[in-house]
Amino acid sequence: MITYLWLIPALPLFSSVILGLFGPVMGPRVSGAVGTISVGLAAVLAVSIGLHWISHPPTNSIYEQTLWAWITLPGFSINLGLYLDPVSLLMVLVITVIGCLIHLFSTEYMHGEDGYSRYFAYLNLFVAAMLLLVLADDLAVLFVGWEGVGVCSYLLVGFWFSEPTNGYAARKSFVVTRIADIAMLAGLLLLSTKLGTLNIQAMLTGAVATWSAGSLMPTVATSLLLIGGLGKSAQVPLQTWLPDAMAGPTPVSALIHAATMVTAGVYLVVRTHALFLLAPHVLDAIAVGAVITLLVAAFAGLVQSDIKRVLAYSTMSQIGYMFLALGVGAWPAAMFHFLTHAVFKALLFLTAGAIAMRLNHEQNIFAMGGLRSKLPLAFWAFLIGSASLAALPIISAGFFSKEMILGAVAAAPMPGLILWACGILGAVLTATYIFRVVFTVFLGPLKTEVSGSYGVRIAVPLVTLSVGALVVGWLETPEGLGNQTIFSRFLTPAVGVFHHLPVSFMIPLLGFAAPLLGIGIAYVLHRNGTWARATTTMPSKLTIFIRSGCGFDMLYDELFVVPYMTLVRVLRHDPVDSMFAGLQYLAIVAHRRLRAMQIGQIRRYASWMMAGSVATIAILLFS
Amino acid sequence: MMLVWLLVIPMLGGLLAWPAGRFHSTAPRIISLIALLSDLAIAIPLLHSSADIAMPGTWMAGFNAAWIPAFGMSFRLGMDGVSWLLSVLTILIGLFAVIVSWHEIDNGAGFFHANLLWSLAGAIGVFIALDMFLFFYFWELMLVPMYFIIAIWGHENRRRAAIKFFLFTQGSGLLILISILALAFLHQQQTNVLTFNYFELIQTHTSHTFGILITLGLFIAFIVKLASFPVHVWLPETHTEAPTAGSVILASILLKTGAYGLLRFVVPLMPAAAHSLAPIALWLGVASILYGAFLAYGQSDLKRLIAYTSVSHMGFVLIGVFAFNIIAWQGVVILLVAHGISTGALFIIVGSLQHCLHTRDLSRMGGLWGDMPRLSSFGAFFILASMGLPGLGNFVGEFLILRGAWAVAPVITIFAAIGLIPAALYSLVAIQRAFHGPVDETRDEHDFGMRETSMMLVLASAIICLGVNPQPILTIASPALNNMQPQPTTAMLKEMGAG
Repeated sequence: MITYLWLIPALPLFSSVILGLFGPVMGPRVSGAVGTISVGLAAVLAVSIGLHWISHPPTNSIYEQTLWAWITLPGFSINLGLYLDPVSLLMVLVITVIGCLIHLFSTEYMHGEDGYSRYFAYLNLFVAAMLLLVLADDLAVLFVGWEGVGVCSYLLVGFWFSEPTNGYAARKSFVVTRIADIAMLAGLLLLSTKLGTLNIQAMLTGAVATWSAGSLMPTVATSLLLIGGLGKSAQVPLQTWLPDAMAGPTPVSALIHAATMVTAGVYLVVRTHALFLLAPHVLDAIAVGAVITLLVAAFAGLVQSDIKRVLAYSTMSQIGYMFLALGVGAWPAAMFHFLTHAVFKALLFLTAGAIAMRLNHEQNIFAMGGLRSKLPLAFWAFLIGSASLAALPIISAGFFSKEMILGAVAAAPMPGLILWACGILGAVLTATYIFRVVFTVFLGPLKTEVSGSYGVRIAVPLVTLSVGALVVGWLETPEGLGNQTIFSRFLTPAVGVFHHLPVSFMIPLLGFAAPLLGIGIAYVLHRNGTWARATTTMPSKLTIFIRSGCGFDMLYDELFVVPYMTLVRVLRHDPVDSMFAGLQYLAIVAHRRLRAMQIGQIRRYASWMMAGSVATIAILLFS
Repeated sequence: MMLVWLLVIPMLGGLLAWPAGRFHSTAPRIISLIALLSDLAIAIPLLHSSADIAMPGTWMAGFNAAWIPAFGMSFRLGMDGVSWLLSVLTILIGLFAVIVSWHEIDNGAGFFHANLLWSLAGAIGVFIALDMFLFFYFWELMLVPMYFIIAIWGHENRRRAAIKFFLFTQGSGLLILISILALAFLHQQQTNVLTFNYFELIQTHTSHTFGILITLGLFIAFIVKLASFPVHVWLPETHTEAPTAGSVILASILLKTGAYGLLRFVVPLMPAAAHSLAPIALWLGVASILYGAFLAYGQSDLKRLIAYTSVSHMGFVLIGVFAFNIIAWQGVVILLVAHGISTGALFIIVGSLQHCLHTRDLSRMGGLWGDMPRLSSFGAFFILASMGLPGLGNFVGEFLILRGAWAVAPVITIFAAIGLIPAALYSLVAIQRAFHGPVDETRDEHDFGMRETSMMLVLASAIICLGVNPQPILTIASPALNNMQPQPTTAMLKEMGAG
């Protein structure tokens, strides 16, 4: 079974090519079926490999499959190979299973849209690229997948291309991540020059053998890789593209900008964690940056009125938690939060899409209200998702993963407690902003007309993901709640043993209390009408500042966009060309002057000859 | 002998096509196709031919005959991996050029195809000439017919563009001639033999200053052809005003002769002088990358935009050549081929757009994807390819160049890599302004038909193959590039019995 590993990325890639070439003649029904079934088959294959893996793990829990030699040169070669270990297996499972559900959802959601087959071609291509990213055994191959998902994201964010703002959002998302990718590329060049290989395992072994912890080289290399990861994962200071990326169709946001692509940065760090352990300062910086991101995003989430933008900021903030875990070296905690987040955030986005479908594509939460009884399926799904995002104790998956992270952070030696406190503050804010949405959308009087109904292709993904959002948390539970360690034991061969370190009893207690407090705040402010009032009154300067994501966009406009555009405008007509045109002008002027001298007057010629002779003699005499 | 046929067939084809145009306008097209296909049939088997007896070792084929013995000029040809790749690229792109002109060129089809074939023959000659004077001869042969193609069949400002092209290329030709003569005379002083044989001249000892001067002459000439900053100025105008076939040949082939000249002559002839020029060359490369990218963003003429992207890409080539290592040179070879394919395809697409919209102005495009989904998706594909999307050919070239350059000049490499950011900007803005966005004016639907679609599919598959499995190209180029490294040169000479 495992020998068919290559089929997992190949299936969606193949169907993407088929859809790209023949999509327009296949019609929507067939296109949707081809797109969904290919990912479905990949999911089935992945699940069966996973099941087999659990019963009979391969030696060292690593399975490698070399496909072909990509580049072989003296002193530099890259093999195109797949590398399956527990971390990549987990990623593959999440990508294919959630990807399949989202494809299924899309077949109904995108019904009747222009470019239906194009949509599935892009979405399949995305899945293929993402799978290549997580399965690659070489950083250069990983980079192929890395840029591949970026392009698919660009194409899908700008899917409705006749709207110029969508195009702008798409370009912004690509360019911001591209800037980060160039840093990553520089990191690859550095690693490959210094260590002679980009094969991840060989490179890590080489790095550990040649570099000492804290020395300059690993610090520079990991910083460069990290910038790449921050861009892809929408972390401060490269986060500005994510809220705008919500211009794409909602299932795209669910798949790319919530469940999979944006967590590529987390994956990259986990994949190369041996290298990052050589750069403790970079790890510290990751933790601090993560806290900043999670707070900035949580505050921004508090004042958005577009449901998708709330979710976008919450994604940013939750990935901040994952990076926080990475910063303290709690790799399994980051991966666990990745798993639960993928489930509940996909659920939230899909539900948001399902709601908008029935409300004539309304996304403003304040235009909604009282949808609880009208849309029971969406209500329950969104509630479960929100509970999980808010980390509601015991019943939600998000609780267990966030608990694992905060426990690890609190036990960390660095100013762990300060980071932990920020994490708790973030948890309160998270619960507040998401239940602000829940209360506004589902309680109160009905404000909009509700049309249509949900088919089975909407219901199945929502129900499946809801169940997932309730149960996946039990894979890893803290002491006192069963002390289950399936998840961390599964990952142990790849990232080492994870210890739930003992912390003061206050830590889990506050972890319990924070979401409840947040929900309470949200409810109180909902009851006294503060949330609704905020939309009618003039927002304060502070609110505007926070709503715009703390002014990063404005700053970057001033720092980069305006100078760039000025430069382009100055250069547009090619000043170098004008210089050469100057030569031409000079020739013309000289021509005119010389012609003017040739007027046929012997007198004039004679005087010129005289002057010339005198000058020559003078030069001869005095030189 | 095969190499001679490689040159004679297109030349004869040109001679035939000219009068044939009087009888029927399709006749020259058919003749050109036949000539190029038979050229291809000659070129392809050379790859597998065991080394020619006249040229052992890394050379696939060779030819030597007396030409003007009094001046030591001989008709000396030789083909190694790099020449083979570029010659085959020339023939293939030539075929595409004939096909795209099928409906575009109506007037004077005979003379047009004659010029096309002669120019291609000149380019092939440039790639295989091993007598420096013969090289100069082919250099001129390639350029003069191109002048006619631009001046006669070009767009609105063709006259000016053609003159500009002619002045710059003649200027560079003059520099080549002077450098070659200086080198030959120097060699004569040392050995009392007047010869233009590449393998003899390569052994010439030069004083530092004189070596620099000769190298500088060749260097300037070749970077003019490569369209490096600041001597790129002929390129945007020429590419924009030339007819589609002309732009395709200019971008896909003629630019490559500059890079080839640098690799074949500047680097091996006087390695020390080339090394001392390297810092300037590398910074010029960086300047080209950034300048070309900035200017591309500002253009409103789609064809001009693509022309400026060539300036940017050739900056990478310049950096790769002057990184002086095999990895970067392999990158150069890959990028030359990939750029030939992707930019050729883009010019074909723009030509087709101009044919049905009667404009190249981006502000009059937008939303084409709705009307012309096939043209637009191929357009977006090749723009992304030329942007250096990993998995496609151009990326492999750029990546290898950067990897090779990093080892010798990390700072320059970082600047070059930063140039990939504006590359994304101009690429995406071109897609936006041409294919995406709202539809401003109603147009007749003229999407790609079978002929264009199949051409595009061939080119797209080529660029994908190049990106996914570049190894065959690397293997072909490898022995030739090994030869160009300064140290093994002496070994090569022994192998060749000094020619």
